[in-house]
Amino acid sequence: MTDLIRLTADEMADALAAKDISSLELTRAHLERIAAVDGGVHAFLHVDGEGALAAARTIDERRSAGEALPRLAGVPIGVKDVMATKGLPTTCGSKILQGWVPPYDATLVTRLRQSGLPILGKLNMDEFAMGSSTEHSAYGPTHNPWDLERIPGGSGGGSAACVGSYQAPLAIGTDTGGSIRQPAAVTGTVGTKPTYGGVSRFGLVALASSLDQAGPCTRTVLDAALLHEVIGGYDPMDSTSIDAPVPPVVEAARRADVSGMRIGIVRELTGEGFQAGVQKRFDEAVEHLVDAGAEVVEVSCPSFTYALAAYYLILPSEASSNLARFDAMRYGLRVWPSDDASAEQVMAATRAAGFGDEVKRRIILGTYALSSGYYDAYYGSAQKVRRLIYDDFASAFERADVLVSPTSPTTAFRFGEKMTDPMSMYLQDIATIPANLAGVPGMSVPSGLADEDGLPAGFQILAPATRDERLYAVGAALEQRLDAAWGGPLLDRAPTLASAFSGAMGSSYADARDGEGR
Amino acid sequence: MATTTTTEVTIPFVEALAAYEPVLGLEVHVELNTATKMFCGCATEFGAEPNSQVCPVCLGLPGALPVLNEKGVESAIRIGLALGCEIAPWCRFARKNYFYPDMPKNFQTSQYDEPISHDGHLDVELEDGSTYRVEIERAHMEEDTGKSLHIGGATGRIHGATHSLVDYNRAGIPLIEIVTKPMVGAGERAPEVARAYVAALRDIVKALGVSDARMDQGSMRCDVNVSLMPKGADRFGTRSETKNVNSLRSVERAVRYEIERHAAVLASGGSVVQETRHWHEDTGVTTSGRVKSDADDYRYFPEPDLVPIAPSAELVESLRATLPENPALRRRRLQSSWGYSDLEMRDVVNAGLVETIGETVAAGASPAGARKWWSGEVARRANAAGTDVVPYAASVGVTAAHVAELEGLISSGRLNDRMARDVWDGVLAGEGTPTQVADARGLRLVEDSGAIEGAVEKVIAANPDIATKVRDGKVQAAGALIGQVMKELKGQGDAAAVRALILARLTGAPSAE
Repeated sequence: MTDLIRLTADEMADALAAKDISSLELTRAHLERIAAVDGGVHAFLHVDGEGALAAARTIDERRSAGEALPRLAGVPIGVKDVMATKGLPTTCGSKILQGWVPPYDATLVTRLRQSGLPILGKLNMDEFAMGSSTEHSAYGPTHNPWDLERIPGGSGGGSAACVGSYQAPLAIGTDTGGSIRQPAAVTGTVGTKPTYGGVSRFGLVALASSLDQAGPCTRTVLDAALLHEVIGGYDPMDSTSIDAPVPPVVEAARRADVSGMRIGIVRELTGEGFQAGVQKRFDEAVEHLVDAGAEVVEVSCPSFTYALAAYYLILPSEASSNLARFDAMRYGLRVWPSDDASAEQVMAATRAAGFGDEVKRRIILGTYALSSGYYDAYYGSAQKVRRLIYDDFASAFERADVLVSPTSPTTAFRFGEKMTDPMSMYLQDIATIPANLAGVPGMSVPSGLADEDGLPAGFQILAPATRDERLYAVGAALEQRLDAAWGGPLLDRAPTLASAFSGAMGSSYADARDGEGR
Repeated sequence: MATTTTTEVTIPFVEALAAYEPVLGLEVHVELNTATKMFCGCATEFGAEPNSQVCPVCLGLPGALPVLNEKGVESAIRIGLALGCEIAPWCRFARKNYFYPDMPKNFQTSQYDEPISHDGHLDVELEDGSTYRVEIERAHMEEDTGKSLHIGGATGRIHGATHSLVDYNRAGIPLIEIVTKPMVGAGERAPEVARAYVAALRDIVKALGVSDARMDQGSMRCDVNVSLMPKGADRFGTRSETKNVNSLRSVERAVRYEIERHAAVLASGGSVVQETRHWHEDTGVTTSGRVKSDADDYRYFPEPDLVPIAPSAELVESLRATLPENPALRRRRLQSSWGYSDLEMRDVVNAGLVETIGETVAAGASPAGARKWWSGEVARRANAAGTDVVPYAASVGVTAAHVAELEGLISSGRLNDRMARDVWDGVLAGEGTPTQVADARGLRLVEDSGAIEGAVEKVIAANPDIATKVRDGKVQAAGALIGQVMKELKGQGDAAAVRALILARLTGAPSAE
């Protein structure tokens, strides 16, 4: 059983197609793994064993009936709790949505179901995807499988930790400023933020509508491509969806060909502010790509310096409006401050009790930035910066086919380390945010373990909009070379959780559970 | 901020106008009659079971996204064109952020500084035949909110209510908000101008076929802004905004009331409070609503969930080609072609009979005959049934073709008016077309001149005294003889021919025959 869960999704698909295993067996193996380790990892907010097994049975029946099934049919998956799932709780990691069961499926979830992927459950996240550590989840943080006392990144820490701890081969994440890529980096996994509009946002509970994008979280580049192909493509229910076929991501991942490709190193996203071990692994990864036939150029994107500032005006502005609907009137939490409270008083009391500090902080920031008299100085200026960043990308992509940088400036930090200093938390996303502002696709693949702490570091690849296949070509080429150098995938070097779990039971796990009530 | 019901001081309209110049601004919301809502596929039927026409999108459920109704955009462009507006080659939606329980997302998807159409005008005709040009600032697209029903209070308003019910069927229905520029110089005609403008706007959207424009059902709603400035001043005074004034008569009355109220405030040295006000149809007054200042901050920003709208020049021109004739101009043209007096035309318009009479004339009736039957006999019966002419006719199955046919039977000399009314009874009773009814009932004017002459001779012989009076020049006395002759002919005589024959026999006046 343990062996089954360590296969890649591609290998699982092969074994299912060959009828060497059944989806029921595979799904059951993952549910057992969840039961064994998620007490320590806390990747899941809700496990739907019954639903997953029922879906697995259906797929097995269809397969035995001789039906031609989609490639990933029968391979189980976890879904970030920000995607609406019909009949399954969807909380976005917030108390304000506690108990809400959507009456509809997100388009992405519909596609997963249509492709026959059993949904194991819903994955933990920072509340409304605001954060880089999952410490802002109202239901307690997720723990990094490499070290349970450290953060798994965020907001999609649940998705990354889930695949990193073999609780699922595949997971869905969402990335507004790095929430797929930074967790991938700090957990030694793979994550892709597709081109904005490449994957439908219908049913993705919006944080910042112009930045949000759902994408795959996996252990290998090819698995990410296979999942990308399932969830991508035009959706008439999302007006910002791109009406074009999914880029040839699977083919690119299989070919892993970077010969003649121009790799642009972004001057503003290296060096100062990046942990030495992270930078060192990045430099080595670039060397590997050169060995594989790529050409390196240095590019400058001067406006990236202002990306973080612009992002923290645009995101809170949109979020302040998107989150206004959580008002206790139609669904979710309702708090009565007194028996004869007015609707406005109920709204205020519910929002005061239901939103966490970080959510409140950003709602207040956004409300301020959009206020009359401040709009031009804040939201207006931020939009101008956004345009400059877009232009910087355009000129950089004239000189390079892809851009690269370390994904995150550091490896996983310890719980609590940045909670009192929001700015240092925000800086985690310094290298990932520009892609969201410009709508271009990005990916993080493992680059190795930093020397100083032995923890995973990530390598970020960025491509022009709609050219997502380039991420997969570069990611797969790098993965091949690094796996060969390491003598196997990086995750093989992670501590085996069962022992880490039982060994650390006394301290870190108990501490972590205490944190839940926050 | 509680609603006050105290009646406020006013001064007579004439005095108010002697000292102040009124400035109006009208904001009219028109609900489009698209089959589906502005941003989702829900139906828009009026009066459906509460919350039966809703989905994740119009309920604002987490994760749901809007998709624009193309038909709504076309209707918006056609309204803009009909108002002589410029159509923006590129525009966006914006979010208007504020909290209210009947607004599912707590922002309204609307348009802010980029309306789809702007800078137009509408010429409205006034009673005295003059024309007032209303300048249109903008006509923009937005979505309607849900509807709150406040339970437990005395007034149906939120004040004093114990709880509220919300119906989201209306949430997301497409609206066009048409905003005028400040209307100045109307003076004492300001209430009339306001009413005439709203009426003209209603006629236009109905002629366009884009809205039912039923003020009683809320598919057309009017907010009235009024301010006064001392005569000769060049700066506008503080305005009040009276919400949801929902009939043409109320528009006129609300403007008039606000002018009188503002004048009283200003004349006593006070200053007008900038606020929204509620119009009370029953008492004819407005009461204070919510204090509204320019500091009201809706934190507008471009709607990121929708892509910009860029109607091509070809689309705009193809929509321009579908515009109907301006209703006011069309009325003028029809009046002249039908030869109606101003009064006759106004009656026809007020009764909503312009289209029906047009159809009747097209079916072969004379304009005078068509008007006589529709505004006369049919209107009388509709009135007795307590309904309007057009719905009455539809309910009893009377068509323009029937009226035209009946009118043809009269003008061809087959029926007289009294017989025609009998025929009507038969048509209304479902006995068939006018010809079928006339045949079945044996109704036909006596055409045998011998029979008429015989009857005339008989009646003259039987009434020598009256005959003498007529011979002596008292022509009006002939009426009694005509009545008796008609009786002899069992009502089936042509009264005009009988009259002519009697006069010829007694006075030697030339007979018609």
